[in-house]
Amino acid sequence: MINRRSVLKAVFTGGLVAGLGVLMPRIAMAAWSKAAFGAESQEIAMGALYEANPQASADVTLKAPDIAENGAVVPISVKSSLSGVTSIAIFVANNPQPLASQFTIPEGTLANVSCRIRMGKTSDVTAVVTTASGSFSASKEVKVTIGGCGG
Amino acid sequence: MAKGILRAKAKAKGGNTVVKIMAKHAMETGNRKDKSGEKIPAKYIQTLSVVHKGKMVMESNMGSATSKNPYMAFTFVGGAKGDELQMTWMENTGSTATETAKIK
Repeated sequence: MINRRSVLKAVFTGGLVAGLGVLMPRIAMAAWSKAAFGAESQEIAMGALYEANPQASADVTLKAPDIAENGAVVPISVKSSLSGVTSIAIFVANNPQPLASQFTIPEGTLANVSCRIRMGKTSDVTAVVTTASGSFSASKEVKVTIGGCGG
Repeated sequence: MAKGILRAKAKAKGGNTVVKIMAKHAMETGNRKDKSGEKIPAKYIQTLSVVHKGKMVMESNMGSATSKNPYMAFTFVGGAKGDELQMTWMENTGSTATETAKIK
């Protein structure tokens, strides 16, 4: 039997789910930092994201090719054995805008992401992993034979 | 949107779900010039978030240095076969869409 209470309940739950769906992208929009992504040097971009300069750490593993034949598509993967990782960011020092990608890692998602980036020329690629106790980085030089940032 | 730009593969394995997403997108940086020397305006995906059962499992912010047809892969704990993932992307131009994929 459909009574008033069950109808009300159904409407309320439906509304809540719809509300969540609307809310989620809003949060995502707010997280995109213009200062960090628009920055033209790695230091400025890092300064916009982190309080202190990240320390190099062996617990961060950055997998990238030694030589990227095509700078337009460079596969990168970042892994960390640190616990409580909240975000992973990838920087390319010599790009016009060094910050390539930033991933927010909620609890329950493993600190292991792969993506593909663009590189204008040979550069150091730095991965920064943020945990509750600070940020840690690993970097590697990737040689690029054909640039991918236009020109 | 009937047909989306995202292609996603999600597979549940041993309690974890491996998600691979590729978006079909030119990711115009704004640095490139066309034949007449005019700069092509930037048009790229800024954010891509993945939600599983109302819980955010990944949120990715991308800059202009993310490659064309951006790809990403990650793993989250939980997720079962048949569950639905909601993927929402937004461009720097403000256009946005949500697409769904089923975990296999």
